[in-house]
Amino acid sequence: MSKRPIDILFLYALGYLAFIYLPVLLMPIFSVNDSIYVAFPLKDFTWKWYERMFADAGLKSALYNTLKVAAIVSAVSTVFGLLAAKALTRYRLPGKGPVTGLIMLPLVVPGIVLGIALLVIARKVLDLELSLYTIAAGHVLLCVPLSMLVLMSRLEGFDKSLEEASLDLGENGWQTFWRVTFPLAVPGIVASLLLSFTTSFDEFILAFFLAGNETTLPIYIFSSLRFPNRLPNTLALGSLILIASFILVSLGEWLRRRGSGGATESGV
Amino acid sequence: MTTASNILGVGGAARPGFGTKVRRAFLRSEGLRGYALLSPTLLVMFAMMVAPLAALVALGFWTQVYFDIDRTFTLANYWAIIQPADDPPSVFDDVYGFLENPIYVKLLVKSLGMSLAATLASVLLAYPMAYFLAFRVKRHKLIWLTLITVPFWTSYLLRVFAWKIILGYNGVINSGLIGLGLIDQPLEFLLYNPTAVTITLAHAFAAYSILPIYVSLEKIDRSLLEAATDLGDSPARRFWRVTLPLSMPGTIAAILLVFIPTVGDYVTPSLVGGTSGIMIGNVIQSLFGKANNAPLGAAVSLVMMLVITVLVCLFVWLVGYRRMRKREV
Repeated sequence: MSKRPIDILFLYALGYLAFIYLPVLLMPIFSVNDSIYVAFPLKDFTWKWYERMFADAGLKSALYNTLKVAAIVSAVSTVFGLLAAKALTRYRLPGKGPVTGLIMLPLVVPGIVLGIALLVIARKVLDLELSLYTIAAGHVLLCVPLSMLVLMSRLEGFDKSLEEASLDLGENGWQTFWRVTFPLAVPGIVASLLLSFTTSFDEFILAFFLAGNETTLPIYIFSSLRFPNRLPNTLALGSLILIASFILVSLGEWLRRRGSGGATESGV
Repeated sequence: MTTASNILGVGGAARPGFGTKVRRAFLRSEGLRGYALLSPTLLVMFAMMVAPLAALVALGFWTQVYFDIDRTFTLANYWAIIQPADDPPSVFDDVYGFLENPIYVKLLVKSLGMSLAATLASVLLAYPMAYFLAFRVKRHKLIWLTLITVPFWTSYLLRVFAWKIILGYNGVINSGLIGLGLIDQPLEFLLYNPTAVTITLAHAFAAYSILPIYVSLEKIDRSLLEAATDLGDSPARRFWRVTLPLSMPGTIAAILLVFIPTVGDYVTPSLVGGTSGIMIGNVIQSLFGKANNAPLGAAVSLVMMLVITVLVCLFVWLVGYRRMRKREV
């Protein structure tokens, strides 16, 4: 292998990383900048935006709401995803293609269409009061296909004969599920919980249409982007989210590698 | 199930009752058991996906009368989108002049164009990076992959907003250029236009393009590449004849993953688009909000979805994506 092409590609890779990181890294920089305006040149270093952020009641309640919604959504969509994944990987189903297609549909329907469609049915047909529950319902719709995909790849990854052996040895379906399928699926379940949690945590457009009086964090951030005086607090929060998600992603990867015996480093 | 079979099976110990038969048929039929397991998910998805879309379709055939909805069937909303103008100006003066309300068609075409540009930029930029990951990185692949995905775990809104800081009046580019002495006044054409929206979308969806392409490249059997080299292909020819065709499924998946959600994007145009960079999503939102014409909004959003679907199907058919997938397996 010649030396030159490696260098060009490597340089490109570094450039690409700069392209995806530059905008994101501006957040922590401006979160410690002593100016209300998010613009250059930089002023002095300060922690005051972090202090204000922790004192900001609106932000705190938005964060709390978001965590609550994300927790419910990740649990509910993982249960539905697991049921569907088990059915689709373990049984020969007539009409499997269309059924899978139907469940995947939310991933290909534009978010804004999904948002207004749910708004129409909630307000004009069912006459529901918009609340955190309507947001959670919208997010479940979005997260079930994701959970199902993650869990299907996990369930396809281990030997079906393990379950058959358990059934042959006299366990019933329920026992087999808890003693064989579930333990083997745990890494997939963790991945599904994480993926649904982060998806719900960051989802804006459905929440934007389905929110009542209580807002979630993305809605709060969106409104604060229009009020410059609230912006530095939001950037401080964004930086914290960046750090937290870095820890969460690393943790998830570590769990996944431990779950798969650490042998498959290249498997994605 | 059990109670039913008990009640029905009381009469004949020799002859199994109806309930027992049903139970046995159920246990024997794999399809039925599978669907029983699938039914909760399917029901929820059906109720929350198909019913709202059906309601949206119905709404598109109704009309808004001040604060009420008139539920008589009408095609007026769809007609409003494509209604020809009474006195159309020359096509050369105004391309959309033949329409009475050109805004919807105009914005739809513009959104499709911007989304297509963002898709191409995103996929073209991602391909060499995915290639690097798949073929050059031998160790610590996971670290590289994590490094690439982490920026996309931060808030989408803040990522979009970051481009405002980069392209803005006192932004990174302007400050940098002034600092270098290349310009005296900040450039104003960087932000609040379709190009800013396209760049931001290309960045925001980078992860969606890089991962499928990477997976596709990673799957390529390395011995095929060796065979090509042994048979005398130069690296460029080998890439053109082996690597690129074999990575097409992932590349096409990447194109679809970026194109489909970006057409109707609302956040990016409203933050960095300004008035000249608005897209069809902004109009849909305003029809449901300030403009207070939900039925027309429903019609516009359904037309948008239909156009996207038709374009995607056409594209998938043209490139023979299904054949490709079959060959892959």
